[in-house]
Amino acid sequence: MPHSIDAAFTALPLRALADAALARARALGAEHADFRLERIRSASWRLRDAKPSGGSDSTDLGFAVRVVHGGSWGFASGVDLTMDAAAKVASQAVAMAKLSAQVIRAAGSDERVELADEPVHADKTWISAYDVDPFGVPDSEKAALLADWSARLLAAEGVAHVDASLLAVHENKFYADTSGTSTTQQRVRVHPQLTAVAVDATTGEFDSMRTIAPPAGRGWEYLTGTGWDWGAELERIPGLLAEKMRAPSVEAGRYDLVVDPSNLWLTIHESIGHATELDRALGYEAAYAGTSFATFDQLGALKYGSSIMNVTGDRTAEHGLATIGYDDEGVAAQSWDLVKDGTLVGYQLDRRIAKLTGLGRSNGCAYADSPGHVPVQRMANVSLRPDPGGLSTEDLIGGVERGIYVVGDRSWSIDMQRYNFQFTGQRFFRIENGRLAGQLRDVAYQATTTDFWGSMEKVGGPQTYVLGGAFNCGKAQPGQVASVSHGCPSALFRDVNILNTTQEAGR
Amino acid sequence: MSRTKPHEIVERALELSTADGCVVIADEESSANLRWAGNALTTNGVTRGRTLTVIATVDGGEGTASGVVTRSAVTAADLEPLVRAAEAAARGAGPAEDAQPLVTGTPASPDFADGPAETSSAVFADFAPALGEAFARARAGGRELYGFAHHQLVSTYVGTSTGLRLRHDQPNGTLELNAKSPDRQRSAWAGRATRDFKDVDPTVLDAELAVRLGWAERRIELPAGRYETLLPPTAVADLLIYQMWSAAARDAAEGRTVFSRPGGGTRVGDRLSPLPLTLRSDPDAPGLESAPFVIAHSSGDDASVFDNGLPVPATEWIANGELARLTTTRHSAALTGLPLSPAFGNLILDGGGDRSLEEMVAGTERGLLLTCLWYIREVDPATLLLTGLTRDGVYLVEDGQVVGEVNNFRFNESPVDLLSRATEAGRTERTLPREWGDWFTRAAMPALRVPDFNMSSVSKGV
Repeated sequence: MPHSIDAAFTALPLRALADAALARARALGAEHADFRLERIRSASWRLRDAKPSGGSDSTDLGFAVRVVHGGSWGFASGVDLTMDAAAKVASQAVAMAKLSAQVIRAAGSDERVELADEPVHADKTWISAYDVDPFGVPDSEKAALLADWSARLLAAEGVAHVDASLLAVHENKFYADTSGTSTTQQRVRVHPQLTAVAVDATTGEFDSMRTIAPPAGRGWEYLTGTGWDWGAELERIPGLLAEKMRAPSVEAGRYDLVVDPSNLWLTIHESIGHATELDRALGYEAAYAGTSFATFDQLGALKYGSSIMNVTGDRTAEHGLATIGYDDEGVAAQSWDLVKDGTLVGYQLDRRIAKLTGLGRSNGCAYADSPGHVPVQRMANVSLRPDPGGLSTEDLIGGVERGIYVVGDRSWSIDMQRYNFQFTGQRFFRIENGRLAGQLRDVAYQATTTDFWGSMEKVGGPQTYVLGGAFNCGKAQPGQVASVSHGCPSALFRDVNILNTTQEAGR
Repeated sequence: MSRTKPHEIVERALELSTADGCVVIADEESSANLRWAGNALTTNGVTRGRTLTVIATVDGGEGTASGVVTRSAVTAADLEPLVRAAEAAARGAGPAEDAQPLVTGTPASPDFADGPAETSSAVFADFAPALGEAFARARAGGRELYGFAHHQLVSTYVGTSTGLRLRHDQPNGTLELNAKSPDRQRSAWAGRATRDFKDVDPTVLDAELAVRLGWAERRIELPAGRYETLLPPTAVADLLIYQMWSAAARDAAEGRTVFSRPGGGTRVGDRLSPLPLTLRSDPDAPGLESAPFVIAHSSGDDASVFDNGLPVPATEWIANGELARLTTTRHSAALTGLPLSPAFGNLILDGGGDRSLEEMVAGTERGLLLTCLWYIREVDPATLLLTGLTRDGVYLVEDGQVVGEVNNFRFNESPVDLLSRATEAGRTERTLPREWGDWFTRAAMPALRVPDFNMSSVSKGV
């Protein structure tokens, strides 16, 4: 269903405010200035055991001016939608640039900010792919659907509690800069989630199982049958949870793993997505989220993984959470290679980093999560390509003598250079002689990034491909969150280290 | 409307309300920040914002429902639609499980009608030149400085249809300084929490980090294993903040947390540590002052919008080594039979020790001295097993001296279990939690000595 940009947003004085801010920045001598006005509506609905237990509906509206002045960045934001306020915020941004220049001079540095060229995109509009705006659906309908799903799970034997939640976001952005680019965009995304909890009152043991449906750049239709079969998933969960409660604890050691897309997306996010952000690799995130082992000097040479590993950065994938028309620096969305045949061949860039490193044009990875934040280099949809003639998940499992099939994400952690990671999941199935042989408990896999991707022996076919993702990827200071998708097929990894988490806890 | 005082907006929104009950929260926020990398500023900014949250409550035959709507940059034209949206949300939500009568009886704040407190780039008037000096010193000394300075002031106004008129001003400042050798093979970190940037000097921190980078000139490779470990206050804070996030009484009573008692009930009253540890929060703690009343923008496991304005008393969560309280709302307190203990704005651990971290190092025969922990995530809620990494300097201590830097490790540990195994708590001091410092900054902790910290694997990351 085609949509247009929300009329209430376009009715705001977008162009007039931008003109006032950019004119003031120019008059004060800025080499570059950009203006961004955003309205982001985020809402959550939560149910606990099928009863409402909290919800919120927040709208963030404001604008930001960013300048390059005297070779330094300056940034300021405001909320009063008047010409005077826009001009004043531009002045504040210039003042902040002057303060920066002062500190840089005091440090004896001659570093200057310059931006990579980008074609002018004048008066462009872009809207993400969705059918039904979730904010157009009555709250009572949302609550009723979540309550119905919760009740289905609660009615099953062995399910003691059910937590249900739905997050929805409707994001509008207007961008204009002193080069003449101006864009108006609209994005919608949703994240429904249900968790069933089992408790053995006698022993005190408990466990949970969460839906593996990923968040999606879709509308309300995602909850009513488009893009995910909720009925089938809800039906399976109680039985799987009951089996998990009875499952034996894993024997720590080395196993072959078949990793389902519902788990592998997060491993890709942490060990490839963040590692190929060039601002991190260069040190601009060093004090906070860290740097990257994939340093710039290794571009074109670093053996990232096995030769069947092909990873793309993509801001154009339909329903992707990081999919846009133009980024927050006015750069058009693109798709490019990050890892080709197992070798590092690309990075994620913004305009400043692209210019600094001589890589030419930015690939459009600047994003700010609110009008109060400066755009930083954020993740594209980073996805592992399937093998066009690849196997099904069942056939991948069929090639394993002794291993584990990993489904769904749970716990994740990786070091500050993206070497050492540890992940758990929702469901772990023992594989014996090519067949699933019941679930295991207390499983975590731990590896080093290049060892893990180097151990990837088979990539599943397009029939196994799923676009997973997250709503809440954190980066930068002040902290920002971004949503991002990662597509991947099932894949087979040989000889991976498996921990028993109960033993790790010293029990 | 943008120049209207926040208390007037609160009053007007309450006047517009046609619901059975109404809570209005106005947050006036201002901030200034500087960020730097490789001895040069990278980004900076100042922000100013206002958000208004309207919580409408609607009584019905099956109970009371609540609707919560928040808007930033509220104008006069937005106010009535915002109130109506909250009322519509309440009608569409169905009865709220945590419904309680709105709070009454909390005395009004004397400054409720005053304008908001505000920060600006002026907060860095002395700090910014000192930072430039620190960059120059670092450059001359062969060090690269990375880091972030952030100052924020939030003035919160809470008004209710039951007559509460409350206000709280929360300053919040953090400074994080990270020094690296030019080849980035050595790294050291220091952080401070501050209310006004008058008590932090980046040149002093740079000098402290220069000493640590010096320790790292001798590199020692150690395998994974269990080591006697000195956890500095920042690491203890990160672990105990996570523990408190997992301390909701209702979840424990339902049998789904580390604080659940097998067979039913909670572990309140259980001894968690042989040390005389007291873990407490206190809105009036000097230097760590936090809101003395509940400010809840939405309901959740340990908060209820119906509790807005409820006094937050000083609370001992662990007393003399025993679990004393779990977090409750009025609703979950009634469900569990536990005392009302609202969520907290600061966290203080006291173990009765008076030795500084340096004195604890001097008293160590052989052990590891950590700088901080990173990427802490929950592996198993039943044991509260957490995983994460050491970061920015693990040092080997032998015969009371730091003898070199050790590789980083991934750990797998439960804070609850650590408290039971800790053999010494040092002197409590104010600290900035490294990992949660962008969410939770008001903490005072001692260093802890753990005889057998589980370093699960080696991390090559620096």
